[in-house]
Amino acid sequence: MEATLYLWLTILACGIATYAVRLSFIAVHGRISVPDWFARALTFVPVAVLSAITLPEILFQNDALNLSPLNARIGAGILAAIVAWRTKNVWVTIVVGMVALWGILYFVK
Amino acid sequence: MLGVIPFGLIYGALAVQLGVPASIAQAMSSVIFGGSSQFIAAPLLATATPAVIVVLTVFVVNLRHLLYSASIAPYLEKLSPLWKGILAYLLTDEVYAVSIAHFQKEGEGEHRHWFLLGAGLTLWIFWQVSTAAGIFVGAQVPPEWSLDFALPVTFIAIVVPMLKNRAYVIAAVVAGVGGVIAYGLPYKLGYLLAALVAIGVGMTVEWKRRSIYG
Repeated sequence: MEATLYLWLTILACGIATYAVRLSFIAVHGRISVPDWFARALTFVPVAVLSAITLPEILFQNDALNLSPLNARIGAGILAAIVAWRTKNVWVTIVVGMVALWGILYFVK
Repeated sequence: MLGVIPFGLIYGALAVQLGVPASIAQAMSSVIFGGSSQFIAAPLLATATPAVIVVLTVFVVNLRHLLYSASIAPYLEKLSPLWKGILAYLLTDEVYAVSIAHFQKEGEGEHRHWFLLGAGLTLWIFWQVSTAAGIFVGAQVPPEWSLDFALPVTFIAIVVPMLKNRAYVIAAVVAGVGGVIAYGLPYKLGYLLAALVAIGVGMTVEWKRRSIYG
């Protein structure tokens, strides 16, 4: 029960933080503005945060670095990146990535 | 707008596969109501990451909404605080994109805030229902399906089309390699640290490009 309460409080705080960001300028319009350098930094945030999570997710298994060619996630990840680059289609990329992973796992076993 | 449905499905399925309780996974879709930040928070919550780190990560990921807030604020300035409060809650990537396009096309309109409300509520319902369906499906899928791989593969699908010039490519590489190097840092601080360094490097590359070409 205590662990669940902790999760509830955590997501509540996440929600408040997100809401505060969205409300910010709508609430104080005209009194402050976003500095140009900061606006440019924000355009890098999604690319940076998602990449920082993605590569470790692919290369680490059970908290150990696995750079072996037998790590099916590496091949599937590279294939997904190529498909994403060529098609720019989110759904094709996800389907190809998952199917590639299952295919590689099937043959590696 | 319909485009969020598969994301909601994957998010819901992934969250329960990672071990997030179904009630929490569903609540995140209404309490946080921010797709990519929920994807990122799910594995953190499942691995007992300290709350401060989870909140900080979600805050950083959603900080770009500051730009949406600033850009849409002039169109909403005459509204009551209650209206502003409700519309701010609905200001996600998709709702911002369709609303700002509508506002710029329509110009001065007395009832334009209703457009944002309609778009926001529609997206909200899609997001809740697709999350619930994803949670239901995710609970049936056996772990052998490696559904957790949906997280990196979804992120690849989102990030790669964003790499519009060399500065973004370099930022992505620095963030990825940095995330691997800093993986062992306590409290999962490695993600944020790698991302911050990557943002700095990306901005430097962009700034040099501009000073050379423009």
